[in-house]
Amino acid sequence: MTPNVPEQITMDTFLRGIWKENPVFVMLLGMCPVLAVTNSATNALAMGVSTFFVLIGSNVLVSMLRNYIPKQVRIATYIVIIASFVTVVDYVLQALSPTVYEALGAFIQLIVVNCIILGRAEAYASKNGVVSTVVNGSGMGIGFTLALLCLGSVREIFGMGSLFGIPLFGEHFQPWIVMILPPGGFFVLGAWLLLFSWLRERKTKAVQGEAVHAR
Amino acid sequence: MSAQKNVAMQSAEPSTGAMIRALGGVALISGLLIVMVYQWTMPTITQYRKQALERSVLKVIPDATTIKPFVVNDEGMVPAEAARKSGLQVYVGYDAAGNLKGIAAEGAGQGYADVIRLLYGYSPECECITGISIVSSKETPGFGDKLVTDAAFNANFKALDARLNADKTGLANPIVTVKHGTKRHPWEIDAISGATVSSRGVGKALNDSAEKVLPQVARHMNELKGTSP
Repeated sequence: MTPNVPEQITMDTFLRGIWKENPVFVMLLGMCPVLAVTNSATNALAMGVSTFFVLIGSNVLVSMLRNYIPKQVRIATYIVIIASFVTVVDYVLQALSPTVYEALGAFIQLIVVNCIILGRAEAYASKNGVVSTVVNGSGMGIGFTLALLCLGSVREIFGMGSLFGIPLFGEHFQPWIVMILPPGGFFVLGAWLLLFSWLRERKTKAVQGEAVHAR
Repeated sequence: MSAQKNVAMQSAEPSTGAMIRALGGVALISGLLIVMVYQWTMPTITQYRKQALERSVLKVIPDATTIKPFVVNDEGMVPAEAARKSGLQVYVGYDAAGNLKGIAAEGAGQGYADVIRLLYGYSPECECITGISIVSSKETPGFGDKLVTDAAFNANFKALDARLNADKTGLANPIVTVKHGTKRHPWEIDAISGATVSSRGVGKALNDSAEKVLPQVARHMNELKGTSP
């Protein structure tokens, strides 16, 4: 087994996933749903919440069973666990909102192969207790949802002139349709990544500057 | 049992038994979870699907209050519950007094991105198509989705001619989609400018389905008028 070094729960355990290790903007994981289902804020939110639920559910189970799963079959076990939670989400979403389910299409089933979830199971849940797993997973899940919303709302505002289906501009708004088509996903993701790396660079420079100053 | 497990954990190669137990246990938990959720959500999902279908049928036969499902396949037109083979779904709508109000049938035609599935209403009185409702389409947003929103396009289906030929074996005039602004006959569909391929998909869906369904409907007309549910 991998050496068990349980982590102390701190604020950082939770916040890491939202900012420092944001799955989309920093780790660039799960790009497939990020680009495909963010053509409206509602879809982005539904996808984010579904992924959040699968992430928490499967990682709690992985964490609970972590001492019983032999290393050699762990990936197979994780995938079975993740796939069953995805199936659960699939049914629940069909029962809650058929329209959203229709819009998300195959991407709900594809959460099974979302590397954020498998990554969390392998890198965190299999080495930590249930509580820290929930805290860390919530951070990651919220970070992913926020990132999807960042893309989804920008694309919806430009591409349809609305946010969560509510029209923002008058009737004469000419929608910039390319934004809700696949290329728009790449444009908006690129713009956000640019913004975040600029922010990071500025911060690093500031820290370095302070260090020089202190000397 | 637990001592055995610990030994298996610590050694580099866990026993095959431990692996099988782990996988089997996880599969069991997963199975139970899925069955529970399935049992819990299925009634709602079935109800939603039924409602969605009824909404689309009522959109194309607005006056209907009860709907009777039929299937049209190479055996003819049979009530859905008695159908042995799958075929095109046809819904016959009646009003409260049991009068035949119209017929809704499904059709499918290749669009730009994927197959466009739709439901259309047919009125035996005017022998024409009285409305369409797109069931599913993956057409490009901003272009193909005008099928639903474009008022001028939908005006094509207020009374689209679908008369049968003299020996009632097919349509007298095939339903065709023509380029935007060149509609001359009542059986032609004026395409949406900028979404010609999607419009053609709708035309083809209507023509293919009407060609099969309407002769059967005509043959069974008397029965249909009598068999109010």
